[in-house]
Amino acid sequence: MKEQSKYLEGVDKKDLFSSGHRACGGCGQALAARLVADAAGENTIACVATGCLEVFSSPYPDPSWRIPFLHSLFENAAAVASGVDAAYKALKKGPVNIIAQGGDGSTADIGFQSISGMFERGHNVLYVCYDNEAYMNTGVQRSSFTPYGARTTTTPTGNTTRKKNMPMLAADHGISYVATATVDDFRDLQMKIRKALTIEGPKYIHILAPCPLGWGHHGELTVEICRLAKDTGLFPIYEIVDGKVTNVRKIPVKVPVEEYLKPQGRFKHLFKKGVPSKVVDEIQEIANQNIERFNL
Amino acid sequence: MLKQIEGSYAVAEVVSQCRPNVISAYPITPQTHIVEGLADIVGAGRLDAEFVNVESEFSAASVVLGASAAGARAYTATTSQGLLLMSEVIYCIAGMRLPIVLTCANRAISAPLSIWNDQQDSMAVRDAGWIQLHAEDNQEASDLHIQAFKIAEQTFLPVMVCMDGFILTHAFEPVDIPEQKQVDDFLPAFKPRHIVDPRWPRGIGLFADPRFYMETRYILHRALEKSEETIKEVSSEFAKAFGRESGGFIKTYKLEEADVVVISMGSVVGTIKELIDQLEEEGKKVGLLQICSYRPFPRKAVYNALKDKMNIVVLEKCISLGRGGILASDVRWSFPRAEKKDRNISSFVAGLGGRNISTDDLRYMVEKVAKEPVEFEFLGLREELIAEKDM
Ligand SMILES: Cc1ncc(C[n+]2csc(CCOP(=O)(O)OP(=O)(O)O)c2C)c(N)n1
Ligand code: SF4
Ligand SMILES: [Mg+2]
Repeated sequence: MKEQSKYLEGVDKKDLFSSGHRACGGCGQALAARLVADAAGENTIACVATGCLEVFSSPYPDPSWRIPFLHSLFENAAAVASGVDAAYKALKKGPVNIIAQGGDGSTADIGFQSISGMFERGHNVLYVCYDNEAYMNTGVQRSSFTPYGARTTTTPTGNTTRKKNMPMLAADHGISYVATATVDDFRDLQMKIRKALTIEGPKYIHILAPCPLGWGHHGELTVEICRLAKDTGLFPIYEIVDGKVTNVRKIPVKVPVEEYLKPQGRFKHLFKKGVPSKVVDEIQEIANQNIERFNL
Repeated sequence: MLKQIEGSYAVAEVVSQCRPNVISAYPITPQTHIVEGLADIVGAGRLDAEFVNVESEFSAASVVLGASAAGARAYTATTSQGLLLMSEVIYCIAGMRLPIVLTCANRAISAPLSIWNDQQDSMAVRDAGWIQLHAEDNQEASDLHIQAFKIAEQTFLPVMVCMDGFILTHAFEPVDIPEQKQVDDFLPAFKPRHIVDPRWPRGIGLFADPRFYMETRYILHRALEKSEETIKEVSSEFAKAFGRESGGFIKTYKLEEADVVVISMGSVVGTIKELIDQLEEEGKKVGLLQICSYRPFPRKAVYNALKDKMNIVVLEKCISLGRGGILASDVRWSFPRAEKKDRNISSFVAGLGGRNISTDDLRYMVEKVAKEPVEFEFLGLREELIAEKDM
C-alpha cells in the first residue's frame, strides 16, 4: 500500500479519460491515454486517429473522454489538429493544448505524411504515438513498428524487418521537443507531457504501450513488460531537445532480451523446445546497438 | 463593380469577401489561380485568415475539417485527382455536418492523365452528402460562392461549387464583384453548432454501432432533400440584394414551346443556348433545362418543368463506365414509371477530357433525337482512333 502511494506521488489523476471504456484488461494504450489526458488537464482538445483507442473510447452515445474529442479518419489526426490550431489562431482563441493521438500504424505508416506536414508547418500541436507495434484494431497485423522477429497475423513466421525509428524521424524535422516513454513510469510519462505542452510549436512523444491481446502476455504483466523493454535496451528512454539527445535513462542492471521475449506469445516461435533461435541473438544485437548508441 | 477578370481571380475575390477564417489547399491545375489569388489577398493583409499550405489535398480537406469543427469558417478548392485524394475526408465532412465550402474546378480523371475539363471528378463524390452547385459562367461562379457559405451555414451541409476547369477558371470575362458591405449585409457571421472547445467538452466524430449508424445516414439524406428550400430562398434573397439571378435549383431557356428539350449543367449551357437561338431562326423549337443544383437533385422541379415534354435529351460530361449517363439516370428517375412509356429520354456523353463541344455536335445530337430516341451515345468520338481489338 505504502509502495503504491509512493509510486503514484506527483501523478495527476483527474479522470479526464474515464475507465468506462471497452479496452482489453491490461491495455497499455488505455492506461497511457488516461495518463496523457490527466497530465494535460481540462484545457485540452484531443484529435484522435482511428484505431483501438478511438474504438474503445468513443462509442456513441457514451464516450470516455471528458475533454473535447475529435475523430474523423485513420490517417489524418495530425492534419485535423493542424486545422484546430489554425482555427484557434484565426479566431484569436486559446491558449489551448491540442494533442493529436494515434497508434503506430496511423503514425508511422498511413499517417506519416500528414504528421510530417504538421511538424514542418510548425503547428502548436503535441503528437502522441501509442506504440503497440502492430495494427491491433484490425486484428494484429504487421506495421512498420513491428519489431524484428515478432509474429503478427501477416508475419506468421516472424517479422523480417527492423522497427522504423520514428522519434529520430520526428526530431529530424527540426522540432524542439521529442521524447520516449513507457506506461510503467507514470511520473516520467506525465512529466514529459507537461513539459511538451509548455513548448510552442510541434512536439512528439512516443509511448510504448503493450497490448496483451497482440503481444500474447498476461494483462497484469503490461507494466513489467515495459520495464523489461527498457532494461534490455530494446526501448531506450530519452528526450531530444532542440535536436540534442538528453536525459537518457540509464539501465540500472542490464537484462538479456530473452527475459523480455519469453513472456510474450508473439516471440514464442523463437524458443522451440526451449532453445532460443538465432533470431534471439539478432534481437540481442539490436539491443546492444541501442545501448551503445544511447549509452544506456 | 464590373471588372474584366479571370474566373479564378473573381472567385478568389468573392471568397475573400466572405471572410473565411481558415483556408487550406494544395495546388492542382486548373484550380491553382484561385488559391494563388487568395494567398495574395491574405498576404497583402486584405483578409485576416490563416492560410495553411499543406502537403496534400488529403491534408487540405483534413485541415478545413478540423478548423470547421473548432468553429472557423473554412474554405478549400481542388479538382480531379485532388478531389479523389480528398474523397475519404469529403464523406467525413458531410457526415460530421461541417458547413465547409469547396470550389471544384471540374477536370477529367486519370488515366490517361488529362488536365482538361469534364465533370467526372465532382460526380465521383456525388453521393457523399454534399450540396453540389454548378456554375454556368464566371458571374454565376462568383455569386454561387457567396450563396454557398450562407446555404452551408444554414443547413450544416458542406457545399461544393463546381465550375468548369479552364473554360471558366481561365476565362477573362466581365464579372460584377460586389462591394464588401453588400456581402457583409448578405452573409451573417458564422454561428457554429457543435465545436471542440474545452468550455463545453464533447465528442465529435464518435463511432456508431449498427443501432445508430443508419439514422445518421437517413438524417443526412433528409437534410439534403430539405436543403432545396434553403437553396431556393438564398438564391432569391441574392437576387433581391444583388439585382441579378444566380443559382437556385433549375433554370430554363425557351422551354415553353420546345419540342425537344436539352438537359445539361455547367458552362456548356452557353453553347446550347446559342444553338437553340440558331434553330429557332430555322423554325425548330428546342428548349433547355439547366441543372443548377445537382445534389440535392431537383427531381420534382425537373418533373414539373417537363411533364408535358415527350422528347428530352441529356448531355453530360461524365460517365458511369459500364453503365452509361449518370445525369441521364437521374433524369429518367425523375418521371413516374407509368408516365415514361411514350416519353423519350436520350443520353449523350460529351466533352470528356476537354474535347470541344461545338454547336455542330449539338445540332447533330438534337436532330438525331428529333428522329429517334438514343439510348446512349458518345458525342464527338474520333472513330479513326478506335479499333475493335482494343475493346
Ligand atoms: C484508410 C483506412 N485503411 C484501413 C483502415 C483499417 N484500420 C483501422 S484501425 C487500423 C489499425 C490501427 O493500427 P494502429 O494505428 O497501430 O492502432 P492500434 O489499433 O494498434 O492501436 C486499420 C488498419 C482504416 N480505418 N482506414
Ligand atoms: S487489442 Fe490491444 S491495444 Fe487494443 S484494446 Fe486490446 S489490449 Fe488495447
Ligand atoms: Mg498499433
